[in-house]
Amino acid sequence: MPGSTNTILEQNPSNDKGSLITILQEVQKEEGYISQEAIVKISRHLRISRSTIYGVATFYSQFRFNPPGRNSIKICLGTACHVQGGDFLLNALQLEIGIKPGETTEDRRFDLGRVACLGCCALAPVMMVNNNIHSRMSVIKLREVLSKYE
Amino acid sequence: MNDFNKTLKSRYKHIKQEAIEQWEALQSNPDPVIYLGMGSCGIASGAGEVWNAVEKNISGLKQKIHLLKVGCIGPCYLEPFLDIKLPGKPRLCFNNVDANRAEKIINEYIIKSEAKLKPLGHLGEQVEEFDGIKSFWSIPMLKNQKRIVLRNCGIVDPENIKHYIARDGFQGLINAFNKGPEGVIEEVKIAGLRGRGGAGFPTFKKWQFCREAKGSPKYLICNADEGDPGAFMNRSLIEGDPFALLEGMLIAAYAIGSNYGYIYIRAEYPLAIHRLKIAINQMQKTGLLGKNILDSGFDFEVKLKEGAGAFVCGEETALIASIEGERGMPRNRPPFPAVSGLNGKPTNINNVETLGTVPNILRKGGKWYSGFGTEKSKGTKTFALVGKVRRTGLIEVPLGTTLREIIFDIGGGTLKPFKAVQTGGPSGGCLSKEFLDLPIDYESLTEAGSIMGSGGLIVMDEHSCMVDIAKYFLRFTSQESCGKCTPCRIGTRKMVEILERITEGKGNMEDISILESLADTVKKGSLCGLGQTAPNPVLTTLKYFKDEYEAHIDKKRCPAAVCRDLVVYRVIKEKCTGCQRCVEVCPAQAISGPRSEPHNLDPEKCIKCRACYEICRFDAIAGDAIIIE
Repeated sequence: MPGSTNTILEQNPSNDKGSLITILQEVQKEEGYISQEAIVKISRHLRISRSTIYGVATFYSQFRFNPPGRNSIKICLGTACHVQGGDFLLNALQLEIGIKPGETTEDRRFDLGRVACLGCCALAPVMMVNNNIHSRMSVIKLREVLSKYE
Repeated sequence: MNDFNKTLKSRYKHIKQEAIEQWEALQSNPDPVIYLGMGSCGIASGAGEVWNAVEKNISGLKQKIHLLKVGCIGPCYLEPFLDIKLPGKPRLCFNNVDANRAEKIINEYIIKSEAKLKPLGHLGEQVEEFDGIKSFWSIPMLKNQKRIVLRNCGIVDPENIKHYIARDGFQGLINAFNKGPEGVIEEVKIAGLRGRGGAGFPTFKKWQFCREAKGSPKYLICNADEGDPGAFMNRSLIEGDPFALLEGMLIAAYAIGSNYGYIYIRAEYPLAIHRLKIAINQMQKTGLLGKNILDSGFDFEVKLKEGAGAFVCGEETALIASIEGERGMPRNRPPFPAVSGLNGKPTNINNVETLGTVPNILRKGGKWYSGFGTEKSKGTKTFALVGKVRRTGLIEVPLGTTLREIIFDIGGGTLKPFKAVQTGGPSGGCLSKEFLDLPIDYESLTEAGSIMGSGGLIVMDEHSCMVDIAKYFLRFTSQESCGKCTPCRIGTRKMVEILERITEGKGNMEDISILESLADTVKKGSLCGLGQTAPNPVLTTLKYFKDEYEAHIDKKRCPAAVCRDLVVYRVIKEKCTGCQRCVEVCPAQAISGPRSEPHNLDPEKCIKCRACYEICRFDAIAGDAIIIE
């Protein structure tokens, strides 16, 4: 959707440089990731250099720079999840779908990410697929959960 | 009484009257009311499906039934919760409800009125038993708690301002207006409230500095960037009682003389953001936000800023940089934010729990609040009790409660023998069992080498490897280091490399002294709290669990059987029944063998994913540590 970045920019005044992160968040929400073209447009709008924008965007773990899959998997690697075996879960998941965090499968079915904590520590280990949190996960439950998402 | 007070009182009285009527109508409703715990943790345990099941089950009934959502009441291990309130009876609370159980409850309690299914407890005003049903507040996890900041969580509808007002909401604000800004600061001073984000700086002093600072406008920022992995106190409070935070912000802003507020909240908390938006909207409509609040002449507006995922943004100056749209890198202090903060103007930053506590102090008095806690650490504190403890969840206890009381009395202890508890997140440390009788307050935890932190308590048992935990935290801080100070950027990375070496069985004794010296450099050479405290997990584990480091280095052995490179998986032939479950689940085809005969596990092919270990019903697979003799 090439038009959506323009719409977002129209809604944010060009003199408010403090809105950069908000704009990046909105663009990612609309387009799924931050494309090179989007950075160029934001740069022209806010009159901030592309390298500065790139510097800000890469600082925060929320932003991604390649297109996402149809389903986004986020493995929680918070302390409680780690203690309850979140690492084993991540390893098994990597084997199962064949990609590392930050990547997307070739058929674009899944993309994989890590998250520092989802705040569901009492139900650890957890993983989030799209916006659904799956609690008390285990390596054995993985296939069953993944099969729900096409 | 002057005119100002008169109008204020009458405006509030009017709003409150309406709210009480609605709340009372709900309490004495002739129709049944069903409450569902719909916090993030409840939804993760399946409260969404329960909601759908309840809707389906009540839709065909002739009788009118009200369905309401509430926040998290605390004991997450019992989620999802469903409460049912029948006329003339106290609210009954059922735990671990799924769609089937929900249907059963509705059937028994509403349709047939032959209650067979026993509830967990009742939520009535009285603590006594009702009809043989114990009070919810007397169950083991709750009876030693003191709920002040969490008083509304799980009880009221967080998306309805009237519920909050009916339970004396905004009374604190009215009292604040009566006392005047100086009086508010004095009250908070008497209460002895200290920053609940972890550092424990006296809140009244922070407010005073900002009040006295020259410059305008002044900003108030609420730090809801709960970045500590293993902590969710702020998320629960916002999801369960967002108005408490907003009232606290109003009082704080009034005290320091600010008209503009920001809430900097993690994007990972979508439900908390959603509820805050609703709360802000309702407050604007009621005249509790915006211009001339309750005709007091005081203006205040709040904006939400979503954090984009950077742990360092929990640090005040980094947080300000992030709101300004820059990389979240800490700045030099002084000047402190109270003098020159957001956009170079005086800024006051408080944690969610600090602000959520303030309305209670103004409502019931500083003296009342200071009656809880210890001499230097007053009041109550919420903790996220998680890890290898039987009863996990969110708790609130008076400061000075011992770790033993929290972990064993409230948490019900561990399944395997207790080994350690981690406090304070990545900046904190791991305390061994010698510290179980330590009363929790700011000073005693610092003395033990850890910190209070925001309130995560992660319990570990014999199946947790302390070197692995140290590696986990250092890896976290090294990834989250903003990179400004070299000792933090490079030092933490080097420490991770050494810890990786040790957990792979390639360490030597010299590594321990290198770790200690690096830790010292990182602590001294870093600008902000992240770097200054990053070595704490290593230092405390080295201090209290040195034998584990030595086992990894000397004997190439991981006593807890966690470190992958030091563990082999094998089938215990005597116990294996040949059920083939592990053969099916193994992703590397490392296990073979015909049905009904003991299986073979090829260690060459094994990738140590633990799937077989988890699926085995006969304890036939054991993670066994390698011992090199």
